[in-house]
Amino acid sequence: MSIKFSEDHEWIQSQGDDLVIIGITDFAQEQLGDLVYVELPEVGDECSRGENISVIESVKAASDLVAPVSGTIIEVNSRLENEPELVTEDSMGDGWFIKVRLSSPEELDDLMDESSYNAFIEE
Amino acid sequence: MMSKDQQIKTTPLYQMHLDAGAKMVPFAGYEMPVSYPLGIKKEHNHTREKVGLFDVSHMGQIRLVGINAKKALESLVPVDIIDLPLMKLRYALFTNKSGGVMDDLMVTNLGDEELFLVVNAGCKNADFDHLQSTIGDDCKIEFLEDVALLALQGPLAHKVLSEIVPSISEMTFMTAKKVAINGVDCLITRSGYTGEDGFEISIPAKDSEELAKLLLSNKEVEWVGLGARDSLRLEAGLSLYGHELDTKHSPVESSLRWALSKIRRAGGEREGNYLGSKTIMNHLDEGTESKVVGLQPEGRMPVRDGAVIEDELGNKVGIVTSGGFGPSINRPIAIARLQKSFIEKNAKFFALVRDKKIAVEVVSLPFVKQNYYRG
Repeated sequence: MSIKFSEDHEWIQSQGDDLVIIGITDFAQEQLGDLVYVELPEVGDECSRGENISVIESVKAASDLVAPVSGTIIEVNSRLENEPELVTEDSMGDGWFIKVRLSSPEELDDLMDESSYNAFIEE
Repeated sequence: MMSKDQQIKTTPLYQMHLDAGAKMVPFAGYEMPVSYPLGIKKEHNHTREKVGLFDVSHMGQIRLVGINAKKALESLVPVDIIDLPLMKLRYALFTNKSGGVMDDLMVTNLGDEELFLVVNAGCKNADFDHLQSTIGDDCKIEFLEDVALLALQGPLAHKVLSEIVPSISEMTFMTAKKVAINGVDCLITRSGYTGEDGFEISIPAKDSEELAKLLLSNKEVEWVGLGARDSLRLEAGLSLYGHELDTKHSPVESSLRWALSKIRRAGGEREGNYLGSKTIMNHLDEGTESKVVGLQPEGRMPVRDGAVIEDELGNKVGIVTSGGFGPSINRPIAIARLQKSFIEKNAKFFALVRDKKIAVEVVSLPFVKQNYYRG
């Protein structure tokens, strides 16, 4: 399964059939600090690239999760509602946010691969 | 390009913070540690359970010296300074002509016609100018430049510090003591901003790193940053200047009635005679339209500063002055300024957060019991 990264520090993992799972990177969760609340979108919501789709609250501040791709939200990780610390503990695994059916799969081409992302966060 | 005045400053412990892996942020003109690798939540809980060490050297330390220093300072605060006992601290507020608050501060009577003030970092230059222009002819005003301020806070603070300075054992909350630590003259007060027992240590800048290292050599002590300092004071229900306190609201409107000394109130021996006293005494006498209260939001979503509070009918009732998450109680908490008439009606309140209405309940402060050592 290929994994891509956005400039907003999200990972986007292809599941085939134009399905992707989206979460935030380890770098992002480290920057945010301890998370205390995650506000998830509704299943069935449409999202377009660049739109704020979720709010991530740390002890200190609230940050937006920006949709890295456009599509329909078909699943959310509702465990995060009561266990936001999953994002801190396992940002690339149990701490995933949403599953999206892509409406414009070509948008994936605009995202970074892992080595480009690593270079991006080094900057 | 930044002008010289705007250049960001650092405290004497800057390098230690970097070495400790702190996340540094600009705060009140200083590059300050907001958190360390432990993270805000754990730093917070460590302070409640053991001991946290805070670098608060950005705060202003001011000395007033002269036979008239106490009397002079009394003309700027609604607080009894003249009768402040030797080596005792008192919480005070600089008021303005309209009865608003310019800053809050701690005053210590060091004896020999000498007062020691600790003021907020963001206000310290304005405070100094204010002191200079109002009472500069009545006493000597000395802004202490080469001093650091360390806060050691938590239930084990006393144990940790008494291993280094045994003579602090006899101190109680809001008292001060001059001590020598490894031959360096320091001023220790039993005070703080976390709701826990603890101490603040004023020490020459050049010796501060050695003291910080000595304190951290005790395995119970961890660095704690400004992030946890804020969540600790919020749980303890302590006001923060620029949030619960500002130039537009009197101390009475900010629910700091307790800080106004009886002797300076109407009918007291030295009533009034400070800036804004008419307004403040009127507020004490007649009451105010708004007050500052604790809010308990329902659910898990934090309600933050600036969130509007409405009643069921959509009437604006007030605004959140400080809000966030209380790690010790593991739920969101907030402080708000609300219209009293609505509180008295026992109305249901909601905080507007983004496009949602979060039910909030008015509760008494603090959220976490204060744990001061009163002897």
